[in-house]
Amino acid sequence: MLLEPIEDQAFLRDTTAKFLADAAPPQVLRTLRDDEAGFDEAYWRQGVELGWTSLLVSEEAGGGSVSGDGLVDLSLIAHEFGAAAAPGPLAPNAVVAGALARSGGHDEVVAGVLSGGTLVSWAIDEDAHNVAAMPRLFRFRIEGTELVLDGTKRLVESANRSDYLLVTGVTPGGITQVLVATDAAGIEIRPMHTVDLTRRFSVVTFNNVRVPLDAVVGSIDTAAEAVKLQRRQAIVIANAESVGAMQRAFDLTLEWTFDRYSFGRSLASYQAIKHRMASMKMWLEASHAIADDAAAAVAADSPRAEKLVRAAAAYIGEYGSELMQECVRFHGGIGVTYEHDLHLYLRRHTLNRALHGTPAQHRRRVAVELDLESAVS
Amino acid sequence: MSTESMAPVSNTDTLDDLDEFRRRAKEFLRAEVGPARASLTAGLRKLGTDEDDLREVAHDRALQRTFFDAGFAGITVPVEFGGQGLTRAHQLVLNEELEGYDYPVRLQVPTMTPCMAVLLEFGTEQQKLTHIPAILRGEELWMQFLSEPSGGSDVAGALMSAVRDGDEWVLNGSKVWTTGAWWSDWGLCLARTNWDVPKHRGLSVFIFPIDAAGIEIQRIEMLNGNMDFCQEYLDDVRVPDSDRVGGVDDGWTVGTRWMFHERMSSNSPFVTRPQELERSSLDGAALRRIARDGGISGTDAAQELVGEGEMLTLVGSALGRRVGQGMRTGTLSDQSAAIARLYGGLSLVRRNTIALELAGSAGAAWSDDDGELALRGEDFLMRQASCIGGGTTEMASNVIAERVLGMPRERALDRDVAFRDVPRGPAPEEN
Repeated sequence: MLLEPIEDQAFLRDTTAKFLADAAPPQVLRTLRDDEAGFDEAYWRQGVELGWTSLLVSEEAGGGSVSGDGLVDLSLIAHEFGAAAAPGPLAPNAVVAGALARSGGHDEVVAGVLSGGTLVSWAIDEDAHNVAAMPRLFRFRIEGTELVLDGTKRLVESANRSDYLLVTGVTPGGITQVLVATDAAGIEIRPMHTVDLTRRFSVVTFNNVRVPLDAVVGSIDTAAEAVKLQRRQAIVIANAESVGAMQRAFDLTLEWTFDRYSFGRSLASYQAIKHRMASMKMWLEASHAIADDAAAAVAADSPRAEKLVRAAAAYIGEYGSELMQECVRFHGGIGVTYEHDLHLYLRRHTLNRALHGTPAQHRRRVAVELDLESAVS
Repeated sequence: MSTESMAPVSNTDTLDDLDEFRRRAKEFLRAEVGPARASLTAGLRKLGTDEDDLREVAHDRALQRTFFDAGFAGITVPVEFGGQGLTRAHQLVLNEELEGYDYPVRLQVPTMTPCMAVLLEFGTEQQKLTHIPAILRGEELWMQFLSEPSGGSDVAGALMSAVRDGDEWVLNGSKVWTTGAWWSDWGLCLARTNWDVPKHRGLSVFIFPIDAAGIEIQRIEMLNGNMDFCQEYLDDVRVPDSDRVGGVDDGWTVGTRWMFHERMSSNSPFVTRPQELERSSLDGAALRRIARDGGISGTDAAQELVGEGEMLTLVGSALGRRVGQGMRTGTLSDQSAAIARLYGGLSLVRRNTIALELAGSAGAAWSDDDGELALRGEDFLMRQASCIGGGTTEMASNVIAERVLGMPRERALDRDVAFRDVPRGPAPEEN
């Protein structure tokens, strides 16, 4: 997270941190395990008032950022989400609101997301190993003035609570995105199992679902760039969340090494422990650094954005997991209990590690970006 | 004390001024400086004969003089000592513009920092006036006489002895791991002046010409054939008291700043080198060339390794900037430099392993036309150097744990003990 946020950013961050500490403390998170929704409606509306869904939306469309760089501001909120393992579909709502506002034409839905009254999500991934930025199998058919959707999407976050889904699919001339109401005829939503206590994902099946052509976001065949940006934004948010979770787990563990005594001395006094804590501190600071670099690059639409955001996801995914697991390890038996808070952050990090591709897949994409750079130069 | 405070403040540090400086730097580099030499990124490889090395040193000195004459030497050094009296921001601009150009690599570390930085901070007016302009003109190459054969990471346990004799000091002992002492001019030396107090309180710092009477230099061959490192034997070397830096027995005050300047070298306001230099050493692009020359580009396995190498490089550069920014602005303690040091050591180890992996059987034996595959096996032999040089990664881990995270200090058995009585080897067996 930014070493030196400007005053307004620090205020935004602190307000969210305080709200989450009050509204979603660990004991509340535990009770949400068996809650079908995973989060409470009043909680979401209150949170949204703090700006959670408005930062990627332009001022003209009713949003606005505090620093002029909405994605960087949002990454501060996401960091606090991770540090609190907070409930709520932050990334889909913030990113889809931004996408709709940029393309224009869905003002009511955007306004609803900005007020927290409407929930949206996105449907992009198709199989357990499809981490390409673009969908490959899900095809749209154009029939007269209608678009027909047939196929299956996975990992649709909070689909069971969403009013609309931004669905990405293949059209004859390219990639197209369309906004579909979840109560449209032919949509079937099946809940999936997940490692996180408060996040909910579904498999959504579209059986001959018909939507008018004016539900298309942007225009037919031309959504590839928009989808790329959405994916990058989502990874930036996931990275920031993961680093927040790492920071909280690290802080808890450092404190524990001072408090826990064995053989008449604190764990913190053993060099074996100290050196591993030093490695963890290195992974943590490196993760902060690369997450910030990637957020800034995506926000600025830099030519290096794809490479940096994938490198960040790969590093944070891999070394963040090492950190989280070391934290559990240092706690000994208590670390693997449901009673202890650590697993809340381990869950959030693990979810994010796998959500948009594995570290190995991200590393390969970094190499692909290098190939492209080399072809250009 | 942050590094920021060491850079003199200039009233002309406006954006316009920086733009103008950048324009001048571009013009100077284009007109008077050649493209980057291949040897700039050779690291600890053995490159050529001694004559080749001496030619490179002479080239660096001449190049430093070119920078000096054009007003691009000692950017943040006060004007009275031959510098430009500008800000750290100007130095960064020059470093940015330097990408792809040649630069006087041997004049930077350890000459500009830590040696010149230490002189600037602790030297007498006379010492500064004598040496700093000469350094900036490329006339004096400085080396650290710091490590000792028995010292390792316990720098304050120096055994080099300095005994006062009237207006002079007489030095005896040995220093080691001095890069290129055989072609250098001056040494900055930590020596013991008092054996009857605990180790940190009995040290003093001296400077002397490396060709002074009584100094014998022996070169050390590294396991890959490189012979940059030297060991020096000092036998009754006489140093005038006017060449003492800092107070008598107060050498540790100088020493701690000395090592700070050494750790900060990649972020030092005194160092001129391309901003992105770190990237050229086994970054993703370099690893990609190895995969290409090995004919395995495009395979998933190679892509994953190349991507990992680039990831580690990008993260290292982001971490370096974060730590540098944090230390400059005080949001991170100065000791946080150890975080970047630890990362740098481990990352280079891993990237060397990746290079060996990508080289395939060329890691075992290569021929001259193997392109980027050549020498990967030999580089791998030296892999641990990045975890040893400039303080080991174990020391960095201790610094992070103890100074950054505040965990308890390791017990030191030499604390509050007169250095004379500190055990320096296994106790003799009793009969």
